Amino acid sequence: MGEKVGRQSFRFANPPVVVAAANIVGPMEGQGPLGSQFDWVMSDLLFGEQTWERAESKMLRESAKLALHKSNWQPREIDYFLAGDLLNQIISASFAARGLEIPFLGLFGACSTFAEAIVVGSMLIDGGFGGRVLLACSSHHNTAERQFRFPLEQGVQRPPFAQWTVTGSGAMVLASSGTGPKVTMGTAGKVIDLGVSDPNNMGPAMAPAAADTLIAHFQDTGTDPSAYDLILSGDLGTVGSDALKELMRMHGYRLEENYQDGGLLIYDLAGQDVHAGGSGCGCSATVFTGAILNRLRDAQYRRVLLVATGALLSPTSSQQGETIPGIAQAVVIEA
Amino acid sequence: MNENAGFNKQQQDVAEFQGLIDQVRPKHAYLKNAIMAFLVGGTICLIGQCILQIYTGQGLEQQQAQAATAATMVFLGAFLTGIGVYDQIGKYGGAGSIVPITGFANSIVAPAMEARREGYVFGVGAKMFTIAGPVLVYGFLISVLIGISFFLLR
Repeated sequence: MGEKVGRQSFRFANPPVVVAAANIVGPMEGQGPLGSQFDWVMSDLLFGEQTWERAESKMLRESAKLALHKSNWQPREIDYFLAGDLLNQIISASFAARGLEIPFLGLFGACSTFAEAIVVGSMLIDGGFGGRVLLACSSHHNTAERQFRFPLEQGVQRPPFAQWTVTGSGAMVLASSGTGPKVTMGTAGKVIDLGVSDPNNMGPAMAPAAADTLIAHFQDTGTDPSAYDLILSGDLGTVGSDALKELMRMHGYRLEENYQDGGLLIYDLAGQDVHAGGSGCGCSATVFTGAILNRLRDAQYRRVLLVATGALLSPTSSQQGETIPGIAQAVVIEA
Repeated sequence: MNENAGFNKQQQDVAEFQGLIDQVRPKHAYLKNAIMAFLVGGTICLIGQCILQIYTGQGLEQQQAQAATAATMVFLGAFLTGIGVYDQIGKYGGAGSIVPITGFANSIVAPAMEARREGYVFGVGAKMFTIAGPVLVYGFLISVLIGISFFLLR
């Protein structure tokens, strides 16, 4: 069984294996720089459904089924399904789960949910509570805009630091044995709030949480940024990742060329009119299950630290003038 | 308190971080936005003026022509929203396409379109005024206040 390391981190005794992964993205993400690394690019945002909410749920379900298919297991052979999304009451995840007939644990960590699912899934497996876990996360640009911002056809100007919610879903199958990259360590984050209150400016709201989790991880495990081929933050965007680098520098850690952000990788920032980059649960889920996992599989990366961040706001809390608490969960995946 | 990193909501940390954010955050292009708003808003008003001229030229009284022009502009704003063009105008026009009456039409039609799938009562009916509602409420309120002031000061 695994062990706790320091205040917030943990190391797995039998590191769970990423045996299969799959993802589905929207047309815009398909046209982005990582387009060729995705399994399935939807031709339109409705995905054959009547509503965007149904489209998002279908996207999550289909990516989960595709990951299962790649693992050659049937749903009845899977012990737990862990999933989450950004919509109220995580309907995309739970509606997708009703067709799968796998014991379901719903998760919410805003855009950090994908890393949270890897943490919880790995703990379940290494703790001996099951041998196989399916996990999935989604976000959809149109459902998120509706819930958090303005109607789509509303003629508003997005501020230059706004981020674009990724339409996409990523899924993975973790197992106690098999071949593939392994989840070796993790760090559970604390909720951090440094007083950012503009819901259009979520990267900076999440950056202090990312810095807090990263510093805790390095201190707990006795490592530093150079121990990793890649440190990938989920969706901080340009402003958030600049803030993270600066915060880390202030605490004596340098994030250099081995640091990247999923929100900056998924879009062509100059050509796709996305302002500060991508965001959403689907951002880290699709970038990680696509390009990053491919590089871990062919050993271009040997050791990746994924730190996915979430902005824990609701439309009501922002309207009431509350600041935005952030969270970041970190996992180490080794080839 | 976190003994590792020490990020918490202390006044000093918050102030320091806000300073950092102000440094790294891209600035609004105020001058460009103002020029675009002037051009787009001006164009919309020019179109309105042309329509008014046409109506008065066809023999409508000035007051009737003004009402007909407002109705036509509202129709145009709603129509352009319906075919997915007005949000593109708004992206470049900013305040220039929000302030004229076409922007008011846009702010009613856009939520109505989106709420269609939640039904005609709790969807379209209830959500149609989520954005325009405050304009109406405070517009009425101000009109009442002005009416009362006018009555008292007359």
